[in-house]
Amino acid sequence: MNRFDYVRATTVADALRAKASDSRSRFIAGGTNLLDLMKYDVERPTTVVDITHLPLTDIEDGPDGSLRIGALVSNSRLAYDARVQERFPLLSSAILAGASAQLRNAASTGGNLLQRTRCYYFYDTGTPCNKREPGTGCPAIEGVNRIHAILGTSDKCIATHPSDMCVALAALGATVRVEGPSGERSIAFADFHRLPGDTPQVESTLKPDEIIVSVDLPAADYGPHHTYLKLRDRQSYAFALVSVAAALKMDGGTVAEARIALGGVAHKPWRDESAEALLVGRAAGVDAFAAVADHILAPAVGRSENAFKIGLARKAIIRALSQAAAGTPQSQVDKRVQ
Amino acid sequence: MMDGMSSSPAPHPVGMAKIPVSFRLNGAPTTIELAPWTTLLDALRNHMGLTGTKKGCDHGQCGACTVLVDGQRINACLTLAVMKEGADIRTVEGLAEHGHLHPVQDAFIEYDAFQCGYCTPGQICSAVGLIAEGHAHSAEEIREAMSGNICRCGAYPNIVEAVKHVIDAKAARRLEAAK
Repeated sequence: MNRFDYVRATTVADALRAKASDSRSRFIAGGTNLLDLMKYDVERPTTVVDITHLPLTDIEDGPDGSLRIGALVSNSRLAYDARVQERFPLLSSAILAGASAQLRNAASTGGNLLQRTRCYYFYDTGTPCNKREPGTGCPAIEGVNRIHAILGTSDKCIATHPSDMCVALAALGATVRVEGPSGERSIAFADFHRLPGDTPQVESTLKPDEIIVSVDLPAADYGPHHTYLKLRDRQSYAFALVSVAAALKMDGGTVAEARIALGGVAHKPWRDESAEALLVGRAAGVDAFAAVADHILAPAVGRSENAFKIGLARKAIIRALSQAAAGTPQSQVDKRVQ
Repeated sequence: MMDGMSSSPAPHPVGMAKIPVSFRLNGAPTTIELAPWTTLLDALRNHMGLTGTKKGCDHGQCGACTVLVDGQRINACLTLAVMKEGADIRTVEGLAEHGHLHPVQDAFIEYDAFQCGYCTPGQICSAVGLIAEGHAHSAEEIREAMSGNICRCGAYPNIVEAVKHVIDAKAARRLEAAK
């Protein structure tokens, strides 16, 4: 790890000032991703601004059943919050599908959004990487790419966003509230993370002089008709190869409203609103769900080692929508998929 | 040029000063001056003489460095010691009270829940955190909630038994007290 200056901020204004005073500074909250990357010399900040003492630790009820989640609320506190478990069980389930208890205790809500890809080449400073060193190339495209993206890739980068929590937040239509020198603004979740395009090093629309202060959830009422289905190489403590967050409003056997987002397949949580629209008014069943899966995956491109993800995602989408329609959400304890 | 670093932006005069940090460590108020890049794990092992907490992967993948901070289990390798100002830190050395091992420590011995022992302090601290959280009851739930602690000897069946014994005993005591 490189040497750095340490600043302990106590207010948002303090934190923004400290960050702005050094162009190579980083905020630290949970530290579970930043310190890992610093140990690999992928991140080499010259100033680390400790934001753990900022007053962003509350989960507050908003108007009409909405919820405001402070950026420093830990992943575990969020997952086990009674309001989240009752009103946003999809979010709770997605969080508990990720990482380990130790990491969830440390990791923050804002940090979860900003975590970096687990692409092997991004982590290995001995190899080129357009995300780590723009312009050097992407060895994953022709290399070891089993865990890489099949949707929304570019010829510069095929990395995935690793979060489970963010897949649920995308499906639930969250808003990210940020603060900068010119005040507050809100970013729709779909606009927060970016596709790689020609600038894979720019992963979100958060500006370098801004800080996430909260994630806001609009009221949701899907009852038991939701699921977070995560498929991976081992059943616990592994990143998703493919995951699906699904939530449905059912009118008898007919779908009245649908939300569906995928993880492990793209540079951002992959929500497809046109696919959701396809489901509305249709009878819940494998035929309708397969049509949705084919629609979502039509633009998918497989590489030498990850083409299996297309077939896996198709089956995962059908299964997840079937679970949601039946009101039988995937358990995050008994995760056998038969 | 001396090395590859010379082409980096102008040298930044960083990290020369040690920073004082105060916390409770195994119940005792403690103040120490540390370089800011010292992880909590390295502070415990290399600066405070507490080598019970183990360094396995140093990347949050194995759980050998699990300690309790404000009662919650975390990976000591993925946090900076200077961030722990005002915190209450408990390591495996601080679990025994008045000369008696913690019930989880007793259970690990009773159920032979280790072989080489390297992961054991992390397993024990993780189990203490798990029991305080109160979400895991069945063997299946314990396995899931302990998945952040890797044991390469494969002592998992007995670890689960040991943790379950403590949870069941606690539930039985609660039931008895309610009568």
